[in-house]
Amino acid sequence: MHYMISVIHDAASLATEDEMAAIDVFNDRLNADGHWVFAGGLASPTSATVIDNRGSGEALFTDGPFVETKEYLAGFWVIEAPDLDAALKLAAEGSKACNRKVEVRPFLGVAE
Amino acid sequence: MIDVREAITQVHHEEWARVVAALTRRFGDLDIAEEAAAEAFATAVERWPADGVPPNPGAWLTTTANRKAIDRIRRESKRDEKQREAQMLYDDDPSEPLSAIHDDRLRLIFTCCHPALAMETRVALTLRMVGGLTVREIARAFLVQETAMERRITRAKAKIKEARIPYRVPSAEDLPSRLSGVLAVLFLVFNEGYLASGPDTDPVRHDLTAEAIRLTRLIRGLMPQDGEVAGLLALMLLIEARRTARVSAGGELVTLDEQDRGAWDAAMVAEGHRLVRERLATGVAPGRYQILAAINAVHTSAREMRDTDWSQVVALYDQLVRLDSSPIVALNRAVAVAELDGPEVALAAVDHLADKLAGYHAYHATRADLLRRLGRSRDSRAAYDKAIELAANTAEIAYLTRRRDQLV
Repeated sequence: MHYMISVIHDAASLATEDEMAAIDVFNDRLNADGHWVFAGGLASPTSATVIDNRGSGEALFTDGPFVETKEYLAGFWVIEAPDLDAALKLAAEGSKACNRKVEVRPFLGVAE
Repeated sequence: MIDVREAITQVHHEEWARVVAALTRRFGDLDIAEEAAAEAFATAVERWPADGVPPNPGAWLTTTANRKAIDRIRRESKRDEKQREAQMLYDDDPSEPLSAIHDDRLRLIFTCCHPALAMETRVALTLRMVGGLTVREIARAFLVQETAMERRITRAKAKIKEARIPYRVPSAEDLPSRLSGVLAVLFLVFNEGYLASGPDTDPVRHDLTAEAIRLTRLIRGLMPQDGEVAGLLALMLLIEARRTARVSAGGELVTLDEQDRGAWDAAMVAEGHRLVRERLATGVAPGRYQILAAINAVHTSAREMRDTDWSQVVALYDQLVRLDSSPIVALNRAVAVAELDGPEVALAAVDHLADKLAGYHAYHATRADLLRRLGRSRDSRAAYDKAIELAANTAEIAYLTRRRDQLV
């Protein structure tokens, strides 16, 4: 079962060196224990561009994030875990490592 | 006919959780288990008056519910079987670390009280799945619309399935914290019954206190060695024993010092005392519920209010403060201190809590009483006013109002 661990942050600051080191340790552990699927840190929301190509004309590009919020997605892990209890444990470790709040959400209907 | 009805009610109490738990285990789906169990009981209501109560009602219900569940799965078999299996609730840990705990009902309780669910959702789900209350009964108990309660329960079942909240008893390492979460749910149900809120509800909701006691007894039967389970059961019994003495015929709260102690339920008091003694005999350091039960045991051991061993009560509160430094514990300790060291000492302790408890009616009610005893009528009146404004229980409001109006 795959879960997304979203990292939530409310300031423009990037991870400190200590936080980066802790994240590396956590990533190594995810790999070693077979939980690792994918992970990444995201650049600040101001670097985002919204694209809307639902209409019949040309795609519409808009500068900035699709919704302005105080808290935003700073990065994420996609992990493999047998159930929510296991995912919550890993998420708690991840939160400690990156020193930020995280949210866990299951992927829809992905089996094994 | 009436006997059959009574038999069905009793079987419902005894077997509902077992049937739901067994079906959830077999079919890996709370929704299917709940629906099939409800259908099986509906069939019993239909058939038993004519056919008679079967010799083994529990087995009859499980068999009937199993058949209903299989019928439903066949009806829905066009659904992708693989996906259904992928979403089945399961227990991937066959080497159960606590082999004594294998009752499916415990799995059901821990799943319903999972920390990833909101507290109000845990309460609703536990009352429905484990307690067997109908959605309408739960909605009425918590003063929300039936449709809203239905949505809450449906959403919870969907989250359990989609997020894969496991159907198992937590590992030994997680058990203490998870169990305390379960006990918190039961205590919340009990408290809502004991101090019901809202202008249109009875001041004491016996249905809720009785249900909380019944579910705690169930867990006690499944985990007889656990001290906090025993403590919570004892605590509930010792409070429930005073139920009829606690509210006057006129619907007013009767405080401990004015209660007719002869009206207390002697059997419940005796059972509560027995549990407290049993825990004391183990010599294991007590948790929060055991200490609260011990405090209530001291109160219920006194023939008259003046016989109460207040130094013992204060000592127990001191023990509780070390486990739980919340201002509410400190407030209750101050009430006992007033009896031991006088209202002036207690008032000083209570006034320290002003910042934290300004929005809590019991803080103002306690202050009002202490100020009254110190002869500070004007201050007392202001405190009663504030307490009445914040109180939500009708019996308590009636009591506070009378006390205020008797001030000279």
